[in-house]
This record gives sequence, structure tokens and C-alpha cells, in this order.
Amino acid sequence: MKKEYVYRAFERFWHWTQAALIIFLGVTGFEIHGSIRFFGFDQAVRYHNFAAISFLVLIVFAIFWHFTTGEWRQYVPTWENLRAQAEYYVFGIFRNVPHPTRKTSLSKLNPLQKLVYAGLKVLVIPIMVVSGLLYMFYRYPQRYEVLSLNVGGLEIIAVLHTIGAFLLASFFIAHLYLVTTGRTVTSNLKAMVTGYEELEAGPVEKKAQPVLHEPVLSE
Amino acid sequence: MKRIFFSLLALGIVFGLITTALHKNSSEGTPLARLKEGHKTKAKPSVEHSLFPQLKKTFTRPQEVTAACISCHNGRAAEVMHSTHWNWERTEYIEGKGIRPIGKRNVLNNFCIGISGNEQSCNRCHIGYGYADATFDFNDSLNVDCLVCHDNSGTYVKQTGGAGLPDPSVDLSKVAQNVGRPARTNCGACHFFGGGGNNVKHGDLEEAEFEPSRDVDVHMASEGPDMVCVDCHTAEKHQMLGKMYSVSSMNRNRVECESCHSTMPHSDDVLNKHMLKVACQTCHIPIYAKVNPTKLHWDWSTAGKLRDGKPFEEKDSSGTDVYMSIKGSFIWGKKLKPEYIWFNGSASHYLIGDTLDPSRPVKMNELFGSYDDPDAKIYPVKIHRADQIYDTGYGYLIQPKTVSTRPGDGGYWSEFNWQRAAEEGMKQVHLPYSGHFGFVETEMYWPVNHMVSPKEQAVGCTECHTRNNGRLASLTGFYIPGRNYSSWVEYLGWGILALTLAAAVLHGTIRILISRNRKEI
Ligand code: HEM
Repeated sequence: MKKEYVYRAFERFWHWTQAALIIFLGVTGFEIHGSIRFFGFDQAVRYHNFAAISFLVLIVFAIFWHFTTGEWRQYVPTWENLRAQAEYYVFGIFRNVPHPTRKTSLSKLNPLQKLVYAGLKVLVIPIMVVSGLLYMFYRYPQRYEVLSLNVGGLEIIAVLHTIGAFLLASFFIAHLYLVTTGRTVTSNLKAMVTGYEELEAGPVEKKAQPVLHEPVLSE
Repeated sequence: MKRIFFSLLALGIVFGLITTALHKNSSEGTPLARLKEGHKTKAKPSVEHSLFPQLKKTFTRPQEVTAACISCHNGRAAEVMHSTHWNWERTEYIEGKGIRPIGKRNVLNNFCIGISGNEQSCNRCHIGYGYADATFDFNDSLNVDCLVCHDNSGTYVKQTGGAGLPDPSVDLSKVAQNVGRPARTNCGACHFFGGGGNNVKHGDLEEAEFEPSRDVDVHMASEGPDMVCVDCHTAEKHQMLGKMYSVSSMNRNRVECESCHSTMPHSDDVLNKHMLKVACQTCHIPIYAKVNPTKLHWDWSTAGKLRDGKPFEEKDSSGTDVYMSIKGSFIWGKKLKPEYIWFNGSASHYLIGDTLDPSRPVKMNELFGSYDDPDAKIYPVKIHRADQIYDTGYGYLIQPKTVSTRPGDGGYWSEFNWQRAAEEGMKQVHLPYSGHFGFVETEMYWPVNHMVSPKEQAVGCTECHTRNNGRLASLTGFYIPGRNYSSWVEYLGWGILALTLAAAVLHGTIRILISRNRKEI
């Protein structure tokens, strides 16, 4: 076992801010939706709009970070070991079998994570952002702005946004649980807080995705 | 690299916070503050009429006062004679019916129904002298009643049943020497009492508006800007701005809140956005008939019951008429939530002689509009419902003769005979009467525009953005956040959430059990 620097400062900042924002957007969003009561509708709308803008800003920075560091490659889905990883969660984990894939700072996501996170990044989050912005700037197409965008009503926009919200909420539950399935129950959580994680030492046999720049491990 | 990120991020956040903080502060200089400022000073009359020798004399006939007015105010009577107040008619385009002259003169309502044959009484509220029947000369300027609008002495009243002539008790000389800009009492004397009593018709125009509190009317309250009717209903050459859809059809000459308050009156963009589809009145007049009740339902079919051969009236515990032999039974309401409709500013009218379908309510004045109509917004309305007389043979509404001026003229209010009232009334409108009558349900739409509440009392978000029977529950076919949702997405969404949660709990429980077992071994 060797202590490695897995999650760098920006990554941790991004992760936790994003977590907070999505929880907040979820709570305020479902209040707008009529499912819960918490802040009061008017405040929920105001907070949701504000949090949405903050979320957008964060996303811009995150995208920049992903590309300049090359970290985006971590999320490219792969078939390799996908089945093994799934089988691990269904059977192996109960028999205390080791994880089928090894976590290293160069390959920190298992194949299932890659698939799910890539889905979030290219599908769910974009749906939320696009439908959310349309929701925000929808001005009744018959009038004034968005003339060319002849959406007959809010319905399609709102329903898409709601679907995305349900998906994110389910992801959130699954994610919370899966956090506990690391090497130890809290190792994943600790890693995302401190950046450091105890990882298996030794050379990596499985080919990790090449990373453009050597990640800066200490600064 | 990392430093640049964080500094940029921090900068972004600080910038964002500053802009939002600056966005809404300082109420000084807001459009509303400027409007309030503008109403601090009240217009003062520029001359002292009591000094004019032309007015310092005794007048025996009201027409002599008019002549005195005209002797200085040259040409004004001609202006008045072009107005709807005088003509009770204007040429309107009615969708589906074409260009028609309509107005109080010829339109029916579902209150006292219509003036034809009843001019002697109804026309007390005409701004002329002696409009007692259809032969009235609309070209005689001496019959213009200047005083009913311009009396500032508060003593001028028109005589009951006097076809617009002043009550004999009025001191015309005193009134003539105390003229000025129309006050609330001038307008209210007629407009608050339409339909035969206080607040009968409108629901938002009634005697409480003479001295309203701020809760009743923010505009007219003395602790507010203390505005009078003509501050909004301004006039150019005696043509008043504003009209009512009970007697007009076209989307023109309207008083708009926006003309003072602008199309973006809120500091909150989400609220301003509502204005594309929601009229100001919808949120800012949460209830109407705030002080006194207004008539909601009028059943003419029960009229005519007599006690010992005499007509009678019944009142409820609050002293409101619920039955009158001459008019039938009424339902009143107070502190009412309006009903809501899509309205684009144009209306249709039931016109005398139009055939009707007795199986559903006849719309006396249909207000047009729908969600898809780019010009339509959601408006609050009072809907007055009635059962009123119609000709079952010809299938049209009957103009009954109600007012009686001499014995045997058929006036229902003294003879209580619908046959005779129908016969005589229909003669006045030159339509045949089949001899058979019935009662049909009718609806009349009254946009609610007055009695604007203080902003703290405006309709709150969740009164419409709610799943449980909100104010707009009757307006369907479009998406309101918080009200509408897709039931499919709802089932699937909560289903997936529940499955995920169940899977996590199950998986976790098994893990815990297994690890316990292992430790025990
Ligand atoms: C950049 C991202 C987002 C933007 C721009 C955005 C924007 C909006 C807007 C403008 C509304 C309508 C509020 C109103 O009525 O004024 C809304 C509703 C909603 N939002 Fe978001 N949002 C975003 C992200 C999210 C996220 C991440 C979630 C959930 C985790 C979420 C959940 C919801 C829900 C459930 C509704 C109610 C939908 C309905 O019932 O019609 N939103 N959002």
C-alpha cells in the first residue's frame, strides 16, 4: 500500500461545489415542481436561478480544467472489464474478492464509473443546462425574443428538465451508497476530502489511458 | 495553472455577488417612486367660477345653465356630443358580425336588460336632459348636462325617473358657481350604481371608492396618491380614455396600467416575464367587492310574486335584497376571488335579434382570447349569471318593458305581466314577439380593473403555481410550473428513485450481514 495523491485541489473543490449545487438545485427544483415544500415557492425559484448560474460558472471552469489537464480521458468509456466490474458489485463484493480493476492516479475510475460519469457529462448535465437555460429565457415564442425557436410552450422544456432531475437524484442516491464500496467503507470519502488515498503499490499491469500532461502531484 | 484557476474563480464569484447586490437596492428614483412624487401636487382650478356674472343668477331650467357654460366654453358642447357618454353608441367592428353601432342604446345586458322603452327611468344616468324615449334629439346642445360631471359642490343629483333632468330640489345657481374638474362623486354617482344599486354590476366600482382605505384601493386612498377617476380616465376633447366591454368590442381606447407603470415594473425579472401572459390586474386585484357585495346571479324567472296583491322585497341578515317582486331573486357575493379568462382585448356581443341556443348559457358579451393567441393575457373577471326572458318561438332574447310611465303601458314593474311586458318591449325594438316566452341562462363578463391592492397583498406564487386547485385551475391546456407535470415522468421518476434506494439498502444490508458473519467465524 502506498499513499497517493489522487484528487487534486481543483478537482476536490469542483466535486464538492458541484455536489452542493446539485443537491441545492434538486431541493429547490423539486419545490418548484410541487413535490416538496421547504423554502417557499418564490424563494425556491430565486435560489434555483441563482444556483443554476453558479453551476454554469462552475461547469465552464470544470470543462476548462478537464481539457487543459487531459483529465477528460479518464472518462472515456471502455468495454474492457465492464462486465467484470458489474459482476463484482453483484457477487464479488459479498465474497470479499478484490476489485477487478486497480485504482491509480492515472486511472481512477472503474469501467462502470467511466460509463455512468460519461453519461452524466455528455447527456444528463447538458440536458439540464440546455433545458434549464431555455426554461429561464423562455419568452413565449410568439413575442419578442426567441422568435425562431418556435417551441409551442414550456411543457417539453420542463418535462425534459424534470426527467434529468429524476436521473440526477437517482444517481445521487446510488453514488452515496457506492462511496462506501471502496477499499474500506470510508476510503473513497477520505480520498475526496484530503486528496490522498492508500492505493495498491507496484506497477500497473492494465494499460492505463495515457494522460497528456504529467499530473502535478505536489504543489 | 492552479493559481490562475482559483484567482479567476474567486474573481468571478466576487463579480457575481457585486452585480446581484447592486441589482436591487435604492428605492429612490424607481419608476414607482417617481409616480408617487408626481401625484403629490393636486390640480387647482385656474379660475373662480363664483365670480362670473353669467353664473350669479337664478336658473329656472338646467338648459339655461348649459347655455351659460357654452357662452364661454365655446365648442365644448360639440365635443361632448361626439362622446360615448352622450351618444350611448359607437361604431365597432365585432368579429363574425361586422361593423355595427353598439352601446347602451341598443345592447342588452343581464341586469335590467335594456333601455328601450324604459328610458324615463334608465336614462337618469345619461349626460343629457330629457332622453325620455327614442325620439330624443341628440343634436340639441342645450340638452348637454355639464353639471353632472363638473359639479364640485356635491349637491347636484338627477331626478329618479326624470330622464336625466336634475332633481327639482337642486340649487342650479350654487352648482353653476361651483364647477370644476370631475371628482369621484361625479363619476361614481352613475358608475358605482349601475344595475339599480350600489356595486350591482361591476363589483370593483362602488361607493366604498368614494373614500377608500389603502387596502381597498392603493390608487384612490387618501393615505396613498389620492387619485381620482379622471387621473387615469383622462380626456382629450371630452373623449374619455377607457371603456367597458359590456358595451364595446374593439381593442382600443383602453386605460392601461403599463402607460404609467411601464411594461417592466418589477425589480424581479421573473415577475416581469409574467407580463407577457398575465395582466397586471390578475395578481394585483386578489379580491374584489372588498367592502360591499356585488350581484352574482339574477333570476328573473321568479319575479312577479305578490303578497296581498302587492309587490314585496326580502332582505338577508345583512340587509341585502335577495328577492324583489319586480326583479326576481338575487345571489350576492363579497370579498370574491375573480374568475380568470384569456382575453385579447376584443369582444363579441349578443345583439338584439340574434338567435340563441337555449340549451346553454347565452354569452351576452364574449371576451375573446386563448393561450395560443399572442395578444391574449390572463385577466380577472366577474361573471354575472342570470336567467332572463326570451322568445321561445323566435329563439331570441326579449327586451321587456319594465318601467311604467302611465297606466296600462305594459311596464312589468307595475303590472307584473310578462306577456304584456314582452309585447310592449319588443315593439320598441321593432321585432316580432311570438307570444311565447321562457327563461334562458345568460352570462356576462366584467373585467375587474379597479380596487388594486397594496403590493404586499398581491396574489402569491403558489396561488397559481400549485397542484391543488389554484386560481388558474380552470385554464387548462398549457404548462404552469408547479401546477402541471407529466404523470408518466412522475411515475417513472419516483419509481427509479425508489428502486435505486431499495437496491442500495438491500446491497448494503447483505454486505453488513456477510461481514458480521465473517467476523464471527
Ligand atoms: C445549469 C443548470 C440549471 C438551470 C439553468 C436550471 C434552470 C431551471 C429553471 C429556470 C427552472 C424553472 C424555475 C421557474 O419556474 O422559474 C427550473 C426548474 C426545475 N429544475 Fe432546474 N436548472 C438547472 C439545474 C437543475 C438541476 C441540477 C436540477 C436537479 C437536480 C434541477 C431541477 C429542477 C426541477 C425539478 C425543476 C422543476 C421542473 C418543473 O416542474 O417544471 N435543475 N430549473
